[in-house]
Amino acid sequence: MIQVSSDKILKYLLFVASLLILLISGAMVLSLVQGSMLSFHQFGWKFLVSDKWDPTSGSEEYGALLFIAGTLFTSVLALLIAIPMAFSTSLFVAEYFRNTRLASVVSTLVDLLAGIPSIIYGLWGFYVLRPFIVDIGLSAQGYGIFTSGLILAIMIIPYATSLTNTTIMMVPNELKEAAYSLGATRLEVIWNVIIPNARSGITASYILAFGRALGETLAVTMLIGNSNKMPTGLFSTGNSMASVIANQFGEASGLQLSSLIEIGLLLFVITTIINAIGKYIIKKFA
Amino acid sequence: MKKNSLFLALVLILSAIGISAKAQLSGAGATFPLPFYNMAFEQYTKTTGEKVTYGGVGSGAGIKSLTDKVVDFGASDAFLSDKELAAMPAPVVHIPTCSGAVVVAFNLPGVETIRLTPEVLVDIFMGKIKNWNDASLKKINQSVKFPNLAITVVYRSDGSGTTNMFTDYLTKVSKAWANKLGTGKTVNWLTGIGAKGNPGVAGTISQTKGAIGYVGSEYSFAQKIPTAYLLNKAGKFIKPSLATVSAAGKGVIPADTRIMLTNSDATLAYPISGFTWLLIYKEQNYNNRTLAQATATIKLIDWMLDKDAQAIAGKVNYAPLPEGVVKQAKAILRNITYDGKRVLK
Repeated sequence: MIQVSSDKILKYLLFVASLLILLISGAMVLSLVQGSMLSFHQFGWKFLVSDKWDPTSGSEEYGALLFIAGTLFTSVLALLIAIPMAFSTSLFVAEYFRNTRLASVVSTLVDLLAGIPSIIYGLWGFYVLRPFIVDIGLSAQGYGIFTSGLILAIMIIPYATSLTNTTIMMVPNELKEAAYSLGATRLEVIWNVIIPNARSGITASYILAFGRALGETLAVTMLIGNSNKMPTGLFSTGNSMASVIANQFGEASGLQLSSLIEIGLLLFVITTIINAIGKYIIKKFA
Repeated sequence: MKKNSLFLALVLILSAIGISAKAQLSGAGATFPLPFYNMAFEQYTKTTGEKVTYGGVGSGAGIKSLTDKVVDFGASDAFLSDKELAAMPAPVVHIPTCSGAVVVAFNLPGVETIRLTPEVLVDIFMGKIKNWNDASLKKINQSVKFPNLAITVVYRSDGSGTTNMFTDYLTKVSKAWANKLGTGKTVNWLTGIGAKGNPGVAGTISQTKGAIGYVGSEYSFAQKIPTAYLLNKAGKFIKPSLATVSAAGKGVIPADTRIMLTNSDATLAYPISGFTWLLIYKEQNYNNRTLAQATATIKLIDWMLDKDAQAIAGKVNYAPLPEGVVKQAKAILRNITYDGKRVLK
């Protein structure tokens, strides 16, 4: 009797807890939508394609394009840099040195990267990476899309590798052994057996890592230059969606505040879509 | 910011449910004078036993709190315009408590100090002067050997009273600036890179060769950052210091003290200076406030104008008010009423 009722209580508790999460996410979307109404009424869909961010009172005009561009450019660049590094790390850990002491040390170190607070990445980027980029002559002051993308790449590597490792390890040994017995080289096994079998897991993990890069704020703010202009190249300065919100939220009011909230809503939508794509790929092809 | 508003919320809740029987004073607003207010209020509590809490939530939020009548006083770095004053639920008065300034900091290897005219300053921040070896810089700095180095402008990426004061000055001295950028807590910068907060700007300048930017004086004085001399309206190159910032208040000040001191015509004034104010309602009987609460509020603000409190301001790198301004501020305080009767005799 007691057994049954405690079971029931737990069931209701779990129900309430999960309902609460649903409610909180719903309330969050609702307040984001509500907060951005003012800006939406003023600018409509033009908000998405205008690259003007002018807080001068009297001629206020806000558009999100330059921040969307800054966020996408840095995140795509981060992904492009991270993929070769993350993939080779995964092959190292999950295939070449599988189950060795060295592999476990490497994979622990990579996981450790995920635990470092982003302010530490920001500081390291500001005091070490940025001066280095200046010294090798890539850019005059070192701030901009490239430096931000580079630091983001390092930050997302653990997210890209952990899931990839698992899927590579899950490729059936029989398949690999069959390939070897046909005289395939290791590279041919990777190319023809491992990658086709682990493709969905690998793709999904890179997409999730990309989603992580989109929302990163602190490290990007310290390195991107925070100039509210359309980025014109790899070494140009710019601004990102998360960064402009963090920077201007405190003293903003009225239309500017509403526009910042709308950027928040856009970031929320973009991240949700990216994550949904990742989840879909895992489900569909796994 | 988040912490501050949480703190404020806590203060408001505590005062709302009346946890302390004694009149407890609460205020909210500008973050710029926060270190000064914290130290002064602490001293006030020590000597009088009166508890004062202050939330550094930003000028805008402070004015909102006063409008909602949830604090005894608000605080702001910018005075309310006539329009904003009219929008308040009841007449509000401004009482200045100290002055601050915005200094121009730079990073030029081997150069300790430079002199700038308003024209050159505007041209640098508008991106018209792009290199330190520009002839216009050489002309006003004969003894300085400028390197061939690109200028990197550094500005505040977050909304800030510091930016407001700096752009107010540039607007006053340049038509081109007024037309293109104007005054504001954030403006549409034409060139340069942004950094968050005074420490962010100062840090970025110190890490970037050829950088120039603007920093709040309370921060730069405490950190002893190399700063530029500026040509003031009286035609003198002035080094920013507590004395020259204070001197900016020695000109003609309107009776209600609502004036931006930027580009002051006082002889020894540092040109990018300004007051910071406490704001209270002229009629103190509102929201069932007691006479005791009203008296306590006014006594606190009156004390802020006295020598003891002003000395604290100097200690934490804020410029004390000149005597003339103290007199004007005390005159305003004497006119505060409760039920139409003056509170201070």
